Amino acid sequence: MAAGLHISISAERLLTLGGLNITNSMFTSVLVSLLLISFAIITKFKLKNVSKPTVIQNFAEMIVEALHGLVHGVTGDLKRTRLFFPFISTFFLVIILNNWLGLIPGVGTIKLLVNEEAAKVEEVSQTEKASDHSNVLVDSVQASEAVATEEAITLETEEATQEETPSEHSGPVAVPIFRPGTADINTTISLALISIIVTQIFGVKYLKFGYFKKFINFSSPIMFFVGILELISEFAKIISFAFRLFGNIFAGEVLLVVMAFLFPVILPMPFYGLELFVGFIQALVFSMLTLVFFNMATISHEEH
Amino acid sequence: MSTEFAVAFVMGVGTIGPGIGIGLLVAAGLEAIGRNPEAASKIQTNMILGIAFAEALAIYALVISLILRFVN
Repeated sequence: MAAGLHISISAERLLTLGGLNITNSMFTSVLVSLLLISFAIITKFKLKNVSKPTVIQNFAEMIVEALHGLVHGVTGDLKRTRLFFPFISTFFLVIILNNWLGLIPGVGTIKLLVNEEAAKVEEVSQTEKASDHSNVLVDSVQASEAVATEEAITLETEEATQEETPSEHSGPVAVPIFRPGTADINTTISLALISIIVTQIFGVKYLKFGYFKKFINFSSPIMFFVGILELISEFAKIISFAFRLFGNIFAGEVLLVVMAFLFPVILPMPFYGLELFVGFIQALVFSMLTLVFFNMATISHEEH
Repeated sequence: MSTEFAVAFVMGVGTIGPGIGIGLLVAAGLEAIGRNPEAASKIQTNMILGIAFAEALAIYALVISLILRFVN
């Protein structure tokens, strides 16, 4: 059953450039960045102070106004809004474009043949182990019909379902060229790390050393333990940020693949609508939470 | 067999809490809209944000089960 589906929880290698493995999600993230940068540059040259702006200027102004309103509604202070706005809007645009890119037809289905032996420097032993099975596994369907010792079949199918990694074949492996960046745990963890580190920087910028009073406080035993909890919750935030985004987008990908596998004609359509909605909501949740954490870090406990 | 059981168990147990949470959220949201229909759009936005947070817990369980299923 699982043999017909291509589901990989980690991003897959497309090519190796000087020891650096370029995965399909990295490729797609760079594509998204180029798209955003070129949109920004084109908009900058099209900007004119006229009463009837062009379509592209209208669109850009709509996005900027909506995001500015969102940030200003939480901070309520123009100085903070100016400081937070670039981070929040970048998070939002990058995440939403990455999420929605996964819904374009062709993403995940257009594949590239990658030679598996050429690379995977650090996983040599694992590849070898896998390629031992490979001859059996490739022909497992035909072999099981012809030879048909019952134990052998069950053993092979078990192996086939367990080893969903691309390294199960020894020859070239078909790897999807595009994979949405947010469906890769590395991307979401790095986004979460940026969010949390910038939170600390803003906290120190606004409250100076008073910011660390939140974590280390000897005024009373209760405050001391509250400080430890605050410290732990900073690390828990990274994990919850990363897994919320990754889980939602990756689960959406799996859902669409499974639905298309079960009945490919009408059935996946409502799920595409659902995934459009989920992609928007997750981008909003990520940027909204980041905004609230920024705002909380810059307000001292004496003020409120 | 044991992996399949673990996957099914994680999903089954992990969706109980978020299910109750989303139910409570929507119940409270609808009640608030019923009391004050003019604020429907504002309530709806915040309700959906809250649902996304509750849903995230089920998504954590889903991630764990996917890892169990597809990573050896």
